[in-house]
Amino acid sequence: MALDAKQTYVAEFASAEAELHGPAWLRELRKAAIGRFEALGFPTQKHEDWKYTNLAPLLRTPFKPAILGRPDGVVSERLEPFTFGILKTTRLVFVNGRYAPRLSYLRPLPEGARIVALADILRQEPEGLESHLARCSRYQDDSFVALNTAFFLDGAYVEIPKNTVVEEPIHLLFVSTSKDLPIAAHPRNLIRLGAGSQATIIETYAGWAPDVTFTNAVTEVSAGPASVLDHYKMQRESENAFHVGTMTIHQDRDSSVTCHSMSLGGALARSSVHTLFRAEGGSLVLNGLFMTSGTQQADNYTRIDHAAPACTSVELYRGILDGRSRGVFNGNVYVRKDAQKTVARQTNKNLLLSKEAFVDSTPGLEILADDVKCNHASTIGQLDENAVFYLRSRGIDEEAARHILTYAFATDVVNQVKVAPIRIKLDQLILSRLPKGAGLGESL
Amino acid sequence: MLEISNLQVKVAGKEILKGIDLSIKPGEVHAVMGPNGSGKTTLAQVLAGRVTYEVTGGSVQFEGKNLLAMRPEDRAREGVFMAFQYPVEIPGVSNAYFLKAALNAIRKYRGLDEIDAMDFMALVQDKAKLLALDETFMKRGLNEGFSGGEKKKNEIFQMAVLEPKLCILDETDSGLDIDAMRLVANGINTMRSPKRAMLVVTHYQRLLDYVVPDFVHVLVDGRFVKSGGADLARNLETHGYGWILEEVPRPQAARP
Repeated sequence: MALDAKQTYVAEFASAEAELHGPAWLRELRKAAIGRFEALGFPTQKHEDWKYTNLAPLLRTPFKPAILGRPDGVVSERLEPFTFGILKTTRLVFVNGRYAPRLSYLRPLPEGARIVALADILRQEPEGLESHLARCSRYQDDSFVALNTAFFLDGAYVEIPKNTVVEEPIHLLFVSTSKDLPIAAHPRNLIRLGAGSQATIIETYAGWAPDVTFTNAVTEVSAGPASVLDHYKMQRESENAFHVGTMTIHQDRDSSVTCHSMSLGGALARSSVHTLFRAEGGSLVLNGLFMTSGTQQADNYTRIDHAAPACTSVELYRGILDGRSRGVFNGNVYVRKDAQKTVARQTNKNLLLSKEAFVDSTPGLEILADDVKCNHASTIGQLDENAVFYLRSRGIDEEAARHILTYAFATDVVNQVKVAPIRIKLDQLILSRLPKGAGLGESL
Repeated sequence: MLEISNLQVKVAGKEILKGIDLSIKPGEVHAVMGPNGSGKTTLAQVLAGRVTYEVTGGSVQFEGKNLLAMRPEDRAREGVFMAFQYPVEIPGVSNAYFLKAALNAIRKYRGLDEIDAMDFMALVQDKAKLLALDETFMKRGLNEGFSGGEKKKNEIFQMAVLEPKLCILDETDSGLDIDAMRLVANGINTMRSPKRAMLVVTHYQRLLDYVVPDFVHVLVDGRFVKSGGADLARNLETHGYGWILEEVPRPQAARP
C-alpha cells in the first residue's frame, strides 16, 4: 500500500512540475526533494520516530495536489471561527496552500519588517532566498518535508529586521477545503528573526467537515542572536482531515523561543517540532496540548538538540484523550558532548477520560555532556475520584465536576499563553471539546 | 432534622459502623468523639455520600427525606455540608470559580437565579474576613499548596458561603495551631443558629472548648457507647478513653 501511495505522489509531481513555478535553484531543489522522497518512501511503524502511528488511512486516500484543485469559494465569514476576536493582527490567509489576498488583512508594520506570501518574494527576488530556504528543515531525512519541498505552492515569509519589535501578533491562517476530490496542500513558511528582534506568530490550521483534506506543512524558523519569538500553532483541522506539520527552529546565541503547540482537530494529526541550539545562551519553552476524542489520532514528536553550551529547554506537553482516540508523545532531547551547563526539563502528562483511549508516552534524554541538569517525567492517569467527590459534595453535579477537573488539567499549558485573546480562545476551544463544557462559562 | 437509625456500614468488606442511632434537631450541636479507628470519619463520609462506603443496614432521614438514596451533590443542595478532614488540592481550579459553581448549583436546585458577580464578590469578601483570609486567596488554585491550617479555614469559609442546614465537621481541629483554631472555632460559632444543626467529629476535646456542644456521643468500635453533655468531653480529655472502655464491656464475639 505504501508503495502505491509513494508512486502516486511521484507521478503527480512529474505531471505538476511544469506548473510549480519558481527560480531555477528552486526547481532543482524540488527535483532533489522528490528524488529523496522516492528513496525514503513514507515512514512505517518500523521507523523509530513513527512507531506509534499507522499512516495507512492517509496513504489509502487518493489526494490530489492542490495545484490541480478548483477555485475554492471560501469567503471571509467562514474564517470568523478561526480568528481571535478583538485581537489586532496582521493576517495572511492561505487556502489549500495558496495565498488568498482578499481574505488577508495587512496592518502597518515597523520599517523593514516583511510579512508576505513566500511565492511573491520568490517572484520578486528570485535569488534572495536561495541561501535561506530549506536550510533548517532538511528534506534529506524526512519524507514529509521532502514532499512539501517538492510540492509547495506558497506559504508565509516573515522577516523581522535587526532590533525590530513587531508588537501585534502575526496570524498565519491556513484553511483546507475540498469539493469533489480530496486535496493535499503543502504550505511552506519561512520565518527569519534578525538579531534582537521580537515577534509573536500564530499559525492556525483549520478546515470544515466533511471536507477530506491533507495538509503537510513545513515551517522553518531562524531565530537570530538575542531574538524573541512567541509562536503558537493551533491545529484545528476538521474531523476528516489529515495533518502533518513539521516545524524546525534554529536558535542563535541568547535567543528565546516559546512554542505553543495545540493539537485539537484532525482525524490523524502529526505535529513535529525540531529545535537546534547552535550557539550558547539560548532558551526554549515547548508548551503542548493535545486533545482527542472519537477515533482521532494525535502524534506529537519533538526533538531538542542541545548542540551548544549553556542553553535551557523546558518542555511540557499535556494530553487529554477520550473515546477510542490515540495519542503519542515522543520527546527527544539530545545533549551533545560540548553542551556543558545545559538545563533540560521534559514533562508529559496524560489524562485518559475513557477506558478505550490510549496514549504512548516516551520521553527521552540522550546526554553526552557531563555538567548538565536534565530530567524528564511522564504520567498517564485518570481523574482523581477524591477530587470528583470533593466537588460533588459541594453541590456540583458529577458531569460538571469531571469537566471542571478535565479543564483544570490543561490549565498549566493554557496559563503559559501570554496573549490574552489567544488564551481566551484556547479556553473556549478546550471547553467546547468537553461534552457540556461550554456550560462552564468563564475561565476557571 | 437528621434521624439516623441502626446505621450499619462496611468499608472494603469490613464492618465499621455496627448500628448507629442519632437524632439531631435544628439548633443543636452534637459532638462525636472516639479513639482512632472507631468509625468517626466513616460516619461523616457516609452522610456526605462517599460511594466507597457500603451501607448494609439502617436508615438516615434528612428533613424527612431518605438521605442515603441521594447523590452527593443532591445532599449538598438539600443543605448537608461536610468539612473534610483532608481537603483535596485541585490545581487549575480557582477557589473563586469553585465556590461560585457550587453556590450556583445549590441556588439552581432551590429555584433561585445565579448569583450576580458583584453580589458574589461582596459575599465572599464578607465571609473571608471572618476567617482572616487575604484577597489573593480567591484567585489561588483550590487548596493548592495550602498549609493544613489554610485548608481547614477554607472548609469553614466554604461552609460560611454555602450556608448549609447541617454542618458535619470531620476532625476539623486536627493540625491547627492555636490561632487558626480560634479563627476556625469563631467561624463555626458565628454559624450556630436555631435553624442550623452541627455534627462535630473529633478525637480531641480542644475544639469543643471553643465550640461547646449540646450533646457528646462516644463512638467505640462502630457503636455509641455513651452519650452526655459537654462535661463528657471534658472527662474524656482528663481521663482518656480507657475508663469508658472498661465501663462499657465490648460485646463478646459470637462463637461458632
